[in-house]
Amino acid sequence: MRVIASEEISNAVKNLIINSSVNLPEDTYKSLKQASEKEISDSGKTVLNQILLNAGIAKTELKPLCQDTGLAVFFVEVGKDVAVGGKNLTDAINYGTRAGYAEGFLRKSTCDPLSRKNIGDNTPAIIHYDINDGDKIKIMYAAKGGGSENMSRLKMMRPSDGKDGVIDFVVETMREAGPNPCPPNIVGVGIGGNFERSAIIAKKALFRKLGAKNDDPELAEMESIIFEKLNNIGTGPMGFGGICTALGVHIIKEPCHIASFPVAVNIECHSHRHSEIII
Amino acid sequence: MSAIKITTPLSDETILSLKTGDEVLISGTIYTARDQAHFRLVKLIEDNKPLPFDLQGQIIYYVGPTPEKPGEIIGSAGPTTSYRMDKYAPILIKNGLKGMIGKGKRSAEVKEAIKKYKAVYFGAIGGAGALISKTIKSSKVIAYDDLLSEAVRRLTVENFPAIVVNDVYGGDLYEEGRKKYENKYNNIAV
Repeated sequence: MRVIASEEISNAVKNLIINSSVNLPEDTYKSLKQASEKEISDSGKTVLNQILLNAGIAKTELKPLCQDTGLAVFFVEVGKDVAVGGKNLTDAINYGTRAGYAEGFLRKSTCDPLSRKNIGDNTPAIIHYDINDGDKIKIMYAAKGGGSENMSRLKMMRPSDGKDGVIDFVVETMREAGPNPCPPNIVGVGIGGNFERSAIIAKKALFRKLGAKNDDPELAEMESIIFEKLNNIGTGPMGFGGICTALGVHIIKEPCHIASFPVAVNIECHSHRHSEIII
Repeated sequence: MSAIKITTPLSDETILSLKTGDEVLISGTIYTARDQAHFRLVKLIEDNKPLPFDLQGQIIYYVGPTPEKPGEIIGSAGPTTSYRMDKYAPILIKNGLKGMIGKGKRSAEVKEAIKKYKAVYFGAIGGAGALISKTIKSSKVIAYDDLLSEAVRRLTVENFPAIVVNDVYGGDLYEEGRKKYENKYNNIAV
């Protein structure tokens, strides 16, 4: 059994958080650059160029890309032949989160849902675990902003709604969201599972690299149909009108109950900050 | 189109000259407030108590910046989504507020108050907080420091870039923009 010290995990988490806050991932930057070349609306073009400029400033001046440095969301894959020494894995991740948001001068956005009092250190992180083979731990991190998360939706559809029902639901969700989630957006769609599982896989779908094709040809086709429909809505960059409303549509599906058809749509803003590390 | 330079406090004359879609560069003093600060400001108005700053002719920027590093004026400081302030904004507008900067759609009540009391809603670029922070020349917390990033700040800005979304004439850039570019993707994609 391989043992990883919890300090090593906390440190890796801290670094992921601090680096992500100022470095727009390459896939996101490339996708925004392509959008700026494709956009036909003047204000849309201006917005995209400013977003690219912002990415440059953030990187060189180490200033957060966005003031909403998010809730810290993690998908963690733990090999069956690895153990964590010291703190347990959840505590190690939260310790790293606390350190990352403090030392990176990032905004602390967690609060009590009713009193609205700020917790003050951006914990607890939202952590999803999977167990797999091997003796490694893979940590995927995203800084998930509130604006795009607020426009996300979950619907327990009827099995008879079928593929077309899913497509309509995603398009309607994005039409209704309009300018609010900071378009152009990345749209994660979770089909199947159950109530909570559909939302988790919709979030997980956001982690796929922009521009990477879905391995499932049926889902890949649905993605391209939805992508075209979303860019025909007219919302455009920041909602000022245009043809770049979505940068990508990513679908994950899982088996569900014979009576159910859960579909979740998780919207992500253009400041798509995600990164990962394997320890 | 070149941007229109405007300064705060906003006069009725300036507000009447602004039209939906106009790009503006704002200079002068502006104030920051988000959800909880709005709740408190409106409570003060309802209780007939003085506000921490004079609303007359002023602009409120919906922002909760990241903490500034040593030597910095302010951290990253882009707009937050405005609809969360819709419940409170008409009351502030009625009491003299003239401008709001944020992102995203406003309610019918806010748009009505903008028309009735002559105010304006500006959209700034969400997710451009590093870029926008460069136009902020001073920052001071003047109230509610217990709210951390949501405290009320007085900012001095120079050429803060924004675009007129809702004007006094009932214009709405989000609606107009969408209509103009609806179904246009197909035309260029095929």
